[in-house]
Amino acid sequence: MPTEIILPKVDMDMATGRISKWLVAEGATVKQGDPIFEIETDKAAMEVEAPASGTLGNIIAHEGADVPVGNPVAWIYAAGEAVAAPLKKETVQAATQAAEASPVTQAAVSVERTAQTSGDIRATPLAKRLAREGGIDLSHVKGSGPHGRIVSADIEDAIAARSTKSTVQDIVPVANATEHDARTRAYFEPGSFEELPHDSMRKTIARRLLEAKQTIPHFYVSADCELDALMAAREAINASAPKGADGKPLYKLSVNDFVIKALAVALMRVPDANVTWTENAMLKHKHADVGVAVSIPGGLITPIVRKAELKSLSAISNEMKDLASRARNRKLKPEEYQGGSTAVSNLGMFGVKNFQAIVNPPHATILAVGAGEQRAVVKNGQLSVATVMTVTFSTDHRAVDGALGAELLQAFKSLIENPVGMLV
Amino acid sequence: MNSAVRELTYSQAIQEAMAIALESDPRVFLMGEDIGVYGGAFQVTGDLVERFGSERVIDMPISELGGAGLAVGAAMTGMRPIFEFQFSDFATLAMEQIVNQAAKMRFMLGGEVSVPLVMRFPAGSGTGAAAQHSQSLEAWLAHVPGLKVIQPATPHDAKGLLLAAVQDPDPVMIFEHKLLYKVKGPVPEGHYTVPIGKAEIRRMGRDATIVATSIMVQKSLEAAEILQTEGIDVEIVDLRTIRPIDRETVINSVKKTTRLLCVYEAVKTLGIGAEISAMVAESEAFDYLDAPIMRLGGADSPIPYNPELEKSVVPQVPDIVAGIRNLVQGRR
Repeated sequence: MPTEIILPKVDMDMATGRISKWLVAEGATVKQGDPIFEIETDKAAMEVEAPASGTLGNIIAHEGADVPVGNPVAWIYAAGEAVAAPLKKETVQAATQAAEASPVTQAAVSVERTAQTSGDIRATPLAKRLAREGGIDLSHVKGSGPHGRIVSADIEDAIAARSTKSTVQDIVPVANATEHDARTRAYFEPGSFEELPHDSMRKTIARRLLEAKQTIPHFYVSADCELDALMAAREAINASAPKGADGKPLYKLSVNDFVIKALAVALMRVPDANVTWTENAMLKHKHADVGVAVSIPGGLITPIVRKAELKSLSAISNEMKDLASRARNRKLKPEEYQGGSTAVSNLGMFGVKNFQAIVNPPHATILAVGAGEQRAVVKNGQLSVATVMTVTFSTDHRAVDGALGAELLQAFKSLIENPVGMLV
Repeated sequence: MNSAVRELTYSQAIQEAMAIALESDPRVFLMGEDIGVYGGAFQVTGDLVERFGSERVIDMPISELGGAGLAVGAAMTGMRPIFEFQFSDFATLAMEQIVNQAAKMRFMLGGEVSVPLVMRFPAGSGTGAAAQHSQSLEAWLAHVPGLKVIQPATPHDAKGLLLAAVQDPDPVMIFEHKLLYKVKGPVPEGHYTVPIGKAEIRRMGRDATIVATSIMVQKSLEAAEILQTEGIDVEIVDLRTIRPIDRETVINSVKKTTRLLCVYEAVKTLGIGAEISAMVAESEAFDYLDAPIMRLGGADSPIPYNPELEKSVVPQVPDIVAGIRNLVQGRR
């Protein structure tokens, strides 16, 4: 679907703008971020950048003409897209947003892919008209007609589904983004800040987490876990690690590797918590696919350790090292970060004691892990010192109720405090 | 006028229409090859020569071009000829008179003259008459402004449209499917007309529209019965006139059902179904389409002599059933 270029609001009290100069000719190839036209205000001329890469076409606002803010001025067509009659604004914007590369988008992405082939959407004229009238974004609709064609019944379903489910478009007022941004910018002295346009990862994180926090009823359970047995086991295991040809040990387990394994085994012990919420049914997973949040420059990504309950600690440890290193280089394949039923977010290395994470759909839970630190603990009326780590489960209350979340937490704590349980 | 209704065959209905025309209008006469004593190649004129005499039921020599020229001339001078071709395939011999003379005279003579000529063409396949006697050439004539082209699908319409054609001031070409001649149906007695240029909805339906012509109307009705058992409700538009087309009936039906299948026996390529498809695609019905417009027509082939092959090159009931099933896929 072509990307719309709109006339931006570059001045606070501006209702219309005038394009003083097109810097790119119709039919020319542009890259996202390239300056494409100059806009004239009473103070200065400003360059406007291409919102996408492709071929510039369908220029409808010519030099010198006054255009209302927010109106389309031209479109950018991706390779293979036919230059067509301009589409309605909302449809184009929503589709553009959906089509962005999305490192942490999971279930939603696969649905979109089945409905789209090389950016074109196959839909009947009636379906297109009903979508237009009903404000349905065709890129979110899966076609049930021949060749995956979207037919009117699919739009009727989408309209019916929308009334029961809040959608991304409802949450993010994209159409007003420019105006909203200008208001925000106005709080700050011009020149007192540097403006860094969002990349697609930032936009996806913003969209996904906003959607998750606003649509998933979160519930939190926390516990302190004593780590002394685990630390001892870890030391013993690492000390006995065989050495490879290069003289280095074949594995070196981290506390986080134990956390991944313990979480996977805990989910096997409390299988009702190993689920995904859908509107019509609970998806009860057979294996524990554990996502691990990895901080990378510019954002984060959550690669998945599949069937972690079946893997040895050393296998998990080596797999995580590989996934994390490829994540940092943005070399992960979509199937390596999509799916899973839970995730681990560990901020212990920053000395964080305790925090609550946001559930990342299609997961039903996420475990926030704090630092292991020596704390004074009371046992049998005696004060003593132990290494303690505070963990917090966030659960999707639609799928995992409070008692079930507590049961999962209890199972996890028991495994962490008695790590031999993970070996069986 | 007697409004009693009896069952007549399609050919009896045509014969009755011609008899009524001969009785009621002294300008009417019939001409054609073997239409007198022999009663016509398909026995449509029957005993009319005995009832009205050989002055008004004229056997003509085997020269379609010469005969057509006489008929056009007679019509221009105030007569109302009804001209029978033995086979519609022989229209090719008379094209000069039909296309360059009959269709043009009114326009080229500033409306001073009209050509109230009726031509009857036994058409279509299914009789084992092979490639030169089985064609459906109606689209050839429908391409010519100045002609009216009709394809009655029932005995009722065959009579009513023929009587309307006799009254019409312009040349009217009537294509009669040979397999319909023996089909029976209710036909009112006496004089009545069916309007030229008006389609008829033969069956109301919700899920898809079939626009059919001639014998394909009957086949579509049979297909609709099968589809009904699968919960697919088909609307069938009998086009009846292919020039001028009843745009309104077709477009309203498609707007209602959202799907269109055109079914016709003539070669699919460049046939009447192509015209109907394009007309709908260009109309306001476009935004109501929930499936691509489809056509079922004859193969790009001469009609074979072998009876099985002959059937295989024109649409049959199972083809129509399959075509509609495909069209409604994804429907709820």
